Amino acid sequence: MAIINNLAFLAFSGGESSGGLLDVNPGLIFWTVITFVLLLVILKKMAWGPILNSLDEREKLIKDSIEKAEKNQADAEKLLEENKVNLARAEEEAQKIIEQGREYSDKLKAQMLEESKSEARKMITEATSEIERKNQEAFNNLKDQVADIAIDAAEKIIRANLDKEKQTKLINEYLEDLNKN
Amino acid sequence: MELKTSTAIQDTLQQAKGDVGSDWIMHHILDAPYFQFEPFNAIPLPHLSLFGFDISITKHVVFLWLVAILLIVAFKIVSNAYKKSLVPHGFANFMEVLIVFVRDDIAKPTIGKGYEKFLPYLLTVFFFILFSNFIGLVPNGATITSNISVTVTLAVISFLVTQAGGIMKNGAWGYFKGLIPSGVPAWLLPIMFVVEILGLFTKPFALAIRLFANMTAGHIIIFALIGLIFFMQTYLVAPVSIAFAIFIYLLEILVATIQAYIFTMLSSLFIGMAVHQDH
Repeated sequence: MAIINNLAFLAFSGGESSGGLLDVNPGLIFWTVITFVLLLVILKKMAWGPILNSLDEREKLIKDSIEKAEKNQADAEKLLEENKVNLARAEEEAQKIIEQGREYSDKLKAQMLEESKSEARKMITEATSEIERKNQEAFNNLKDQVADIAIDAAEKIIRANLDKEKQTKLINEYLEDLNKN
Repeated sequence: MELKTSTAIQDTLQQAKGDVGSDWIMHHILDAPYFQFEPFNAIPLPHLSLFGFDISITKHVVFLWLVAILLIVAFKIVSNAYKKSLVPHGFANFMEVLIVFVRDDIAKPTIGKGYEKFLPYLLTVFFFILFSNFIGLVPNGATITSNISVTVTLAVISFLVTQAGGIMKNGAWGYFKGLIPSGVPAWLLPIMFVVEILGLFTKPFALAIRLFANMTAGHIIIFALIGLIFFMQTYLVAPVSIAFAIFIYLLEILVATIQAYIFTMLSSLFIGMAVHQDH
């Protein structure tokens, strides 16, 4: 009983003494309002404005940089793709040109070969006919000469036929002449 | 006999209260008209009055200004750090983490569109409470947030900012009409009106009491634990007292941070609810 009494006393007196805890002090409220409002104004002007601006600026810079990098990468990829296509096309073109050149050179070679062959054939034909002609001419000449010689010899034989001795002498002379010639 | 004993015990207790009772705890927590940096003598502070109101400079006013000066100096340093480089390091970087936290994790999700207008207020109140709470944890420092006058003032400012934000966004009539949720039957309107107006004022009341009680309770527990040594007049209790006091002190560091966050978060939430009433 006494204990409860004492505890009650303690609690009660404790409560009484801490009554100041919930006291509202108008002076402190006044100073708090003034200080807080001034602090808000000063910090807004001096700190929050510049700091938040810097943060925004930095964030924008980072965002822009990333966007730019992404765009650059996309561009580079596109360029690479284009280059690849161009390269493939160029290679194809080159292949075609080489093919064409080879074809052309083959054709040219064949043509030239054909031409030279036909030329050679013509030349051979010409030479053959020339030879034929010359042969014919030489043969004709020879024939004429042989005929002339025969006629000549026959004439001389007939002329010297009067005496045998003279005849022999004549023949010898003639032969000698012939030899000399 | 019993009565006599009881009286004697009460006398003893009263005597004890005078010496080692709860008064010395209150002495540390309550405001005082002098500034004392123990173990030095107390310096009396000027007594002022304005239009009959007592606006004396008290211990808590001194600490209020100390917090304000510290905040201005700290954020001047941070602000200057940004002039040198867009990516500051050290102290400025640490403060930036907190600023970005208030912006991205408190203001942006709770207010949404148009949060930029309220950001300076939220940042100021966050850092003001944070610095106040931590200065209260420094030995010889006074916790201004454990004074109900300060927390009530902060809550009222938060209330005014909330109402101003709501009225500026929705117009005075639209704002008060929007307080009552749509689709309520007509006969419920008088009751809803009373409930909503009541709700309007309970929010800052809860803000003020929450901050005040949290910051006061921890300090009282620490003082009570230390006081146990003197109250029981034995050294044997000292290790337990000190161990628990240190534990509570560490808890207080957590509470100091969390309360700054909660006050700002709830203020931001109320602003968001006032600005965007449709949801």
